[in-house]
Amino acid sequence: MNLFQTLRVALLALRRNMLRSFLTTLGMIFGVGAVIAMVAIGEGATAKIEAQFAAMGSNLLIVSPGSAQTGGVHGGAGTKQAITWDDLKAIRTELPTVRDAAADMRSSVNVTSESQNWVTSVHGVTPEFVNLRAWSIDSGVVFGQAEVDARAKVCTLGGTVVDKLFPGQEPVGQSVRIRNVTFLVTGTLERKGQSSWGQDYDDIILVPSSSYQAYLVGGNQKYVAGMFIVGGRTTEAMDRTEKDVTALLRQRHHIQDGGDEDFQIRNLTEIANQQQQEKQTMTMLLAGVALVSLLVGGIGIMNIMLVSVTERTREIGLRMALGATPGRILLQFLVEALTLSVLGGLIGIIAGIGGAWEVARRIDWPLLIRADASILAVGFSGFVGLAFGIYPAYRASRLDPIEALRHE
Amino acid sequence: MGASTQLIELDSIQRVYQMGDEKVYALRGVTVSVSEGEFVAIMGSSGSGKSTLMNLLGCLDRPSAGTYRLAGREVSKLSRPELAEVRNRTLGFVFQSFNLLPRTSALENVELPLLYGNVPTKERRVRAREALQRVGLGARLEHTPGQLSGGQQQRVAIARAIVNRPRVVLADEPTGNLDSRTSVEVMALFQELGEAGMTVVLVTHEPDIAAYATRVIVVRDGLIQSDVRQAARSAKAELAALPSHSLEAAP
Repeated sequence: MNLFQTLRVALLALRRNMLRSFLTTLGMIFGVGAVIAMVAIGEGATAKIEAQFAAMGSNLLIVSPGSAQTGGVHGGAGTKQAITWDDLKAIRTELPTVRDAAADMRSSVNVTSESQNWVTSVHGVTPEFVNLRAWSIDSGVVFGQAEVDARAKVCTLGGTVVDKLFPGQEPVGQSVRIRNVTFLVTGTLERKGQSSWGQDYDDIILVPSSSYQAYLVGGNQKYVAGMFIVGGRTTEAMDRTEKDVTALLRQRHHIQDGGDEDFQIRNLTEIANQQQQEKQTMTMLLAGVALVSLLVGGIGIMNIMLVSVTERTREIGLRMALGATPGRILLQFLVEALTLSVLGGLIGIIAGIGGAWEVARRIDWPLLIRADASILAVGFSGFVGLAFGIYPAYRASRLDPIEALRHE
Repeated sequence: MGASTQLIELDSIQRVYQMGDEKVYALRGVTVSVSEGEFVAIMGSSGSGKSTLMNLLGCLDRPSAGTYRLAGREVSKLSRPELAEVRNRTLGFVFQSFNLLPRTSALENVELPLLYGNVPTKERRVRAREALQRVGLGARLEHTPGQLSGGQQQRVAIARAIVNRPRVVLADEPTGNLDSRTSVEVMALFQELGEAGMTVVLVTHEPDIAAYATRVIVVRDGLIQSDVRQAARSAKAELAALPSHSLEAAP
């Protein structure tokens, strides 16, 4: 039996009924299209989230003071003065699983330039901060340890602050007034966009931690009135890093076994992983829905093939009279079903990519088409076509040529 | 193979159908032989068993009892795929209602038996074109059945029946759907094939059509009632005598 010739016979038969062939493939087109689009959109969302967490910095722990407790009443998080500059120094120097650590104190402050004013988040940070967060400089420079030691009145602006205070101007070299203290702008940060919960990473001013404590907030110079940002060495070892930092701080704060900690640690990697998992669950769900629609498409093909077999009974009888064996009739109808479903699958890929592209364009997500998803979807549609084509094809091959030729 | 020179040999063929509890005898023991090059007409009223006989001759059906030797080969016990192969290589079919594939060119229709005979594409083309030229449709290779008259469609069907160079062409009421002039034209074509040495077996209920055969077998109640050799009427001579071409048959 010649497969190529059977394919030819099947294609000719499908061509004779163009419209019906096209309608039959619609189910497959939408099924495969949905799979491709859903997976692409899901991947796009994941990539978007990854980019957001990259803006936060990767492999980070946030150490903040715990709640103050007076007479059994707990205050809120961060109400206690608990973490000290010595703690930070110890974390940086004593723990091998820690890459680096920085202090980050923040408050919302009204900032003015010559002609504008804007309320923004002013961060007093140590120089390691920018590096830990993996932020880049757009222009100028960020202060270093020398400026921190000198309590220099210098600052670095985020993109949003630049827009608000220096619209259309170059801010580097100009000055801003923060709480009536004049700071020289030495640099600007590259734009990072918003996080998924709406925080604007560009609405920020960085000043040296020492200057922050000296001119802007004050308080006990021994404590850090904010948090530590601790960078681990690898994503896999983040749990270990968290344990090490916890143990170190417990020891330094003389907390007994079982005692309440006066600080808390959040693992950002965990949060990122959680979000990732949520997206994956969503993608799986969508893919499941799409697979069901593929199945429905397959049932559609079976229906049409059954109708087709009945409608073409005479043709089948004729083909048998002319020498087609039952096997060849079976193969012809199988190939017809397979061709319809794979063709539908291929058109579905194009439709799916188009749909994903449109969605990505509208909500500003990256467009990620996965080749394996496309191959899988077309493979599955071929399988469905084959599975649902068997029964009609078997019916066709079992026809009695005499009866079939008499069929009206 | 045996010493037989007969192309078709039926021996005590019976065909019984089970209708509920009742047994219906369509053929009650038919013994007949046809030799190479004969032009046989099978006649009989409806229900006489002539269609059953035709289906058996065409290897579309198997007898309940008896033997059928076709071109020296016993075919009455063959399996369905084997019968399909016999039909493809040894037999050609012409039907009352033409049975051409719609929306398919004459050429592709004629190629169909070759496709099932696994003839390579190039040779298929050449042979199909030859067959169509032989039936006088060399200029209509790409026409679909919808673009052809009834007579032309039947000629495409005849081309399809002879394209695989069969030993026997079986025609089941081939003129049943044609007007009288076109019928004569088609019969002339069959006579031409017969003169070229092809064996033709034709089922008809019209004595006028049977008159073109060299032998007439009449079937009645599942048995052969008469089997007469005759001098065939020449369809060609008749065509010449007929007045003008009818519109329908115009080329």
